[in-house]
Amino acid sequence: MKLGEVREVLGARVLTGEDLADREVKAAFAADLLSDVLAMVREEGVLLITGTVTTQVVRVAEVMNLAGVVFVRGKLPAKPVVDYAAAAGIPLLATPHTMYEACGLLYNRGLPPAKRKLLPYEHDQSGSPAS
Amino acid sequence: MISPAPLRHREIFPVVGLDLERAGLVSTEVQRVLRRLGVEPEAVRRAGIVCFEGEMNMVLYTPGGRIILLVYDDRVELIFSDRGAGIPDVELARQPGYSTAPDWARELGFGSGMGIPNMEANSDHLEIRSRLGEGTVIRAVILRRKDETRSGSTHS
Repeated sequence: MKLGEVREVLGARVLTGEDLADREVKAAFAADLLSDVLAMVREEGVLLITGTVTTQVVRVAEVMNLAGVVFVRGKLPAKPVVDYAAAAGIPLLATPHTMYEACGLLYNRGLPPAKRKLLPYEHDQSGSPAS
Repeated sequence: MISPAPLRHREIFPVVGLDLERAGLVSTEVQRVLRRLGVEPEAVRRAGIVCFEGEMNMVLYTPGGRIILLVYDDRVELIFSDRGAGIPDVELARQPGYSTAPDWARELGFGSGMGIPNMEANSDHLEIRSRLGEGTVIRAVILRRKDETRSGSTHS
């Protein structure tokens, strides 16, 4: 799915990265906890759906080479965060939908979930992680 | 772990404790340096994650310290040294989910007790030396694999 389609499906506003509408989004991951994003997302080109609006969200997106970030629940980052993302080339979108709604809408349109890493203690358990 | 591979690059980055505005900047800079040196993308990614976790730990829990980046032909090493309170029980800190994070750190989206386990998952070797009241030194080794694309040691 292209970033432009994500925008359309979510009725989202583009905060920065208007020029990146053609960027391909491979999969999506939703979390407010950045620690979980850092520990669990293992592919690049993933869209992050989050209600956390700090600078660290953009730094995590940079470090993990994410395709972009969608802020949910109408939450908006402060201007310095948007400026930093613009300089770093990380597209930021904002939607009034809740996280659950945003995930449902994108899932419905065929955007697959990001594969996540198993945690150390899961190696002993049978069954696969939620996918 | 002694390797004859020559050192290609050495750089020291200061980290200021509690400076949340700049927290994470060292990691993005480390990735830029590694890319410029032609380090394989998978090693750049893993080093970036290890560095970010280490950097956030230093910012959230210590007055600061420094991160030393060493780039060899066969590996990337990151050495985090801080002047913090030290880790009372290193084995406990290595356990996923164990956290001493204050509420304000959790509100920022950190402190779920995955920092050190995630550093281990994304490095090939991780050493932690900590002295109460003096600080902590963590050394992470990320091997450069020329031919692989898979992620860290924790994979399904």
